[in-house]
Amino acid sequence: MSDPKKSDPNGPYSDSSDAPARPSFAMGRSGAESVPTKPDPMKPDAGTSKATDYGRQSSSTARPTRAGIAPSAPAAGTSGGSGEAEQLPPGAQVDLSAAQADSGIEEVLTGLDDELVGLDMVKTRIRELAALLLIDVQRRRFGLKGNRPSLHMSFTGSPGTGKTTVALRMADLLHRLGYSRKGHLITVTRDDLVGQYVGHTAPKTKDVLKRAMGGVLFIDEAYYLYKVENERDYGQESIEILLQVMENNRDDLVVVLAGYADRMDTFFAANPGFGSRIAHHIDFPDYTIDELFVIAEKMLERDGYRFDEETVPVFREYLERRMVRPRFANARSVRNAIERARLRHANRLIAAGGQVGLDDLVTLKPEDFLGSRVFAGEGPEPGDEED
Amino acid sequence: MRITQGTFSYLPDFTDDEITKQIEYCLENGWPLSIEFTDDPHPRNIYWEMWGLPMFDLADAAGVLMEVNACRKAHPDCYVKLNAYDASLGRQTTALSFIVQRPEPEPGFRLDRQEDHDRVIRYTTRAYVVDRPTGERYRGESNGS
Repeated sequence: MSDPKKSDPNGPYSDSSDAPARPSFAMGRSGAESVPTKPDPMKPDAGTSKATDYGRQSSSTARPTRAGIAPSAPAAGTSGGSGEAEQLPPGAQVDLSAAQADSGIEEVLTGLDDELVGLDMVKTRIRELAALLLIDVQRRRFGLKGNRPSLHMSFTGSPGTGKTTVALRMADLLHRLGYSRKGHLITVTRDDLVGQYVGHTAPKTKDVLKRAMGGVLFIDEAYYLYKVENERDYGQESIEILLQVMENNRDDLVVVLAGYADRMDTFFAANPGFGSRIAHHIDFPDYTIDELFVIAEKMLERDGYRFDEETVPVFREYLERRMVRPRFANARSVRNAIERARLRHANRLIAAGGQVGLDDLVTLKPEDFLGSRVFAGEGPEPGDEED
Repeated sequence: MRITQGTFSYLPDFTDDEITKQIEYCLENGWPLSIEFTDDPHPRNIYWEMWGLPMFDLADAAGVLMEVNACRKAHPDCYVKLNAYDASLGRQTTALSFIVQRPEPEPGFRLDRQEDHDRVIRYTTRAYVVDRPTGERYRGESNGS
């Protein structure tokens, strides 16, 4: 215990707090690294979709071609990044199709296509992003040094347009490509980040950030973080911590902000730091009535129901009426409508009594929808969701 | 005199990469980690100050390392250690514990011999640094170096 000569030969006192091997997370990184590489995200030049009418049909058609791969490689950075273990010689060739197959991203992208109706713009953007990351991985195999592409995203769109589902897929995608170590998705709202009294916010936000490390942090309704009317709101503190971690721990987590398009615009305008740190702004357009119909059919198929032939026009009529009513939430409203139709369907069968067959149990008839308040007229509805 | 305690006391101090690997190992086993610090190096001082609560629900080592660095920054002149708790036995069991920061220099311990009855000798080890009040124990040396 008291023998001072028993010290370690490898420099026992070497681990002082300024040892060079330790990356400084608390302080900012070098200036050269802090410029995010932007892949010019606003131009989906894959060529399949029109700018205004998003050309969306059912999920299986109109899949964008692989044309996105070639032009969207990132501009080479100047510093940072670490080479892979085995560096390829400059003359080597990599098989892109094999790399694509190995990474398993095609599975995710196909899943996205199958699972989500429409949203061609979004799917195109995600394919482009996947191509960018795949190319980035190949570049690293050749030892090309470059900044890791900035991956923070914002998803804007109305409720029920699939933002959370896409975020989940995105986490999986990033994990498969090696840009996210664990690939889990942490979904939070203002309540999870902002505290109730002085000194409560920072630990709360940091706790959420720590949990999201290695995965994707999805901040739903992100604009609530910033309250214009109250400049002493604790949300500002949360925003500052978020920004710091988004910048300093860019390799550790990907932040996705989600919310209504117009309110997110206000949010970004009020917090320019956020806007500039987010390279990928993806807009989720509202569904058209045809798409909503396809969504409804998918939901019914999954639940083991089907429309009667006379129900189809009634349901379309229902959708038309529902879409112009307030608080229309796209796919979520469709789901609720179907839930309520199931309720009426069950009640109708019970009320009728007697014998029922399989056909009766799975078929939704027009009256199951006609009972809705949407058809009843324009009564002012204070409730959160009409049916 | 270099203080050695914990799981890897016989090894040179870990770099951050090596610490990250150990944290990964702990998280894979489902052991939450906690950070503690002290400036009283006596080996029988088992109650170190806690740096926040044990970190439950973490998936990735980066979050732990971020806290380690925050603790190092706030207490550059303290010992900092990482503990991993294994809850599978139904009680708090330390599965892994190692020092991730030590102040510099470490003056070591004085050995006091107390002569007692019948030529009995009682030994006491006493860290030189505890002569000074807590918070100032390693400050002078580390600022000077």
